[in-house]
Amino acid sequence: MTTIEPVPVVEPQRQRSTFADGLRNALPKIVLAPSFAVILVFVYGFILWTVYLSFTTSRILPVYKWGGFDAYYRLWSQPNWYVAMQNLAIFGVLYIGICIALGLGIAILMDQRIRAEGVLRPIFLYPMALSFVVTGTAWKWFLNPGLGLENTMHNLGWTSFKFDWLVNPNMAIYTVVIAGVWQASGFVMAMFLAGLRGIDGEIIKAAQIDGASSVSIYRRIIIPLLRPVFLSAFIVLAHMAIKSYDLVIALTGGGPGNATELPSTFMYSYTFTRNQMAVGSASAVMMLMGITAIIVPYLYSELREKQS
Amino acid sequence: MSAANETANGTVSAGGARTARYFIYAALVILALVYLLPLYVMLSTSLKSLDEIRGGDMLALPRDPSVAAWVRAWGEACIGVSCVGIKGYFWNSIKMVVPAVAISTLLGALNGYVLTKWRFPGHKLVFGMMLFACFIPFQAVLIPMARLLGTFGLSNSTAGLVLVHVIYGLGFTTLFFRNYYEAFPDELVKAAMIDGAGFFRIFWRILLPSSGPIIVVTVIYQFTNIWNDFLFGVSFSSGTSSPMTVALNNLVASSTGVKEYNVDMAAAVFAALPTLFVYVVAGRYFVRGLMAGAVKG
Repeated sequence: MTTIEPVPVVEPQRQRSTFADGLRNALPKIVLAPSFAVILVFVYGFILWTVYLSFTTSRILPVYKWGGFDAYYRLWSQPNWYVAMQNLAIFGVLYIGICIALGLGIAILMDQRIRAEGVLRPIFLYPMALSFVVTGTAWKWFLNPGLGLENTMHNLGWTSFKFDWLVNPNMAIYTVVIAGVWQASGFVMAMFLAGLRGIDGEIIKAAQIDGASSVSIYRRIIIPLLRPVFLSAFIVLAHMAIKSYDLVIALTGGGPGNATELPSTFMYSYTFTRNQMAVGSASAVMMLMGITAIIVPYLYSELREKQS
Repeated sequence: MSAANETANGTVSAGGARTARYFIYAALVILALVYLLPLYVMLSTSLKSLDEIRGGDMLALPRDPSVAAWVRAWGEACIGVSCVGIKGYFWNSIKMVVPAVAISTLLGALNGYVLTKWRFPGHKLVFGMMLFACFIPFQAVLIPMARLLGTFGLSNSTAGLVLVHVIYGLGFTTLFFRNYYEAFPDELVKAAMIDGAGFFRIFWRILLPSSGPIIVVTVIYQFTNIWNDFLFGVSFSSGTSSPMTVALNNLVASSTGVKEYNVDMAAAVFAALPTLFVYVVAGRYFVRGLMAGAVKG
């Protein structure tokens, strides 16, 4: 296009070839394009690929023979999948609930003009820097039924103390909760602490003048004001819970038996070791749907708020 | 907002307040000890001999601290069939992390720059799609990625893992820089444009020099995430090409021979050291990255 600017441009030397102009105008898009293309292909394209695989009859290798909803039928008729879903429910509820309760509790304690805050804060937060595999390894040893916590309690004189959760199929999932809470609660604490520091002190002062007790100030004023932090913490933790894989593998390996199976471990073993790729894909699609249901409304509202 | 030490009628009762404060400090100290316990046990176990571990108490200090288990873990421990320790895997991780962090950070900076200072119709949708990519469960891309890496001969290679980490880190790095550049004054960019500065010149001379903090945050975030990754490592590599986390898991999970708990713990310490070091040196930035990753928009 050779449109002539009706208004004289400030610098006359900008009268260059239209090709160079076009290139200059397109440059930002050219810079962004590879990244966006990569995301389109490797995220959205691959998701579609996985969705397609879940409708095929793939077993050890991908085959592109249409199998309809067969893989989904098989997925939802696997007792193992129900174990995984049930474990995710137990783990998710306890992990999110305890992390938020503990994180808020510690944050409130830390907010009482604590002198050693600079020492304490990093102690609560350092587990977040560790790999889940390290966390799992450390807790596996710590909770070792023979040599770990149980033995220590016996040495302290509490000989009837029994702690075999790691090898007890009914309790093993709770060890995953313990290790997970240890890792993430400090981060939740930091989120709440940032939220507490952001509250307008005038509101609190006014309530104090009105004679409100500190407990009711927290219950009636401060905690309701922290609503956005609760939401953020919930989103982060729920999304971490659904994705949890490394921690279970390192801590229990999904066992004993299948006692700590989660959707993530289910997906991996059905796809790569049990040669049920279509079922594995179907479980991955289920996980994606779960996360999408949590994340998309949140991202949508966050991005929209920014606009206004 | 320190309200807990004041009584209902607004006056401070000295005795009650003091008791309350003792209680708060006691609670915090006990909690801190609980949080430190696993790290302490990990470290002290790694410094003990196997006999002391079997006969003694997990919480006891090592009677005769020795780094023998560390030496074994680093250079002699058996992972799978090869008994050469974890050092090779440690270097695998380094070779994977350094390029992956550098590339994804650079691309994130450029993307953030375009998405804030060179906006085009639809920039919001593009950003939203990149943002959502941060949160997908990687299980949903695992099989196609394995096929692709296999097709291009990149499975079991560090290059393949670098590629994977760059791709799936792009969303986060773009998010960090986009939010940071959003607050960067447009007037400076406009003034530079009027002076005739081009796209890259503005980025290089104006935005990048003031991007120090966000670069630190992004590098730390990416470093921690990629170093700590397990799922990609275990899916796309095997044997001696594995990263550190996978090797640690294989070491600990192996059931052959005598279980050397001290060596396991020493290996875990090695796997934890780089990220812990970063956390100790630049904890403030580490937390900021976590927060930026949690509170979007």
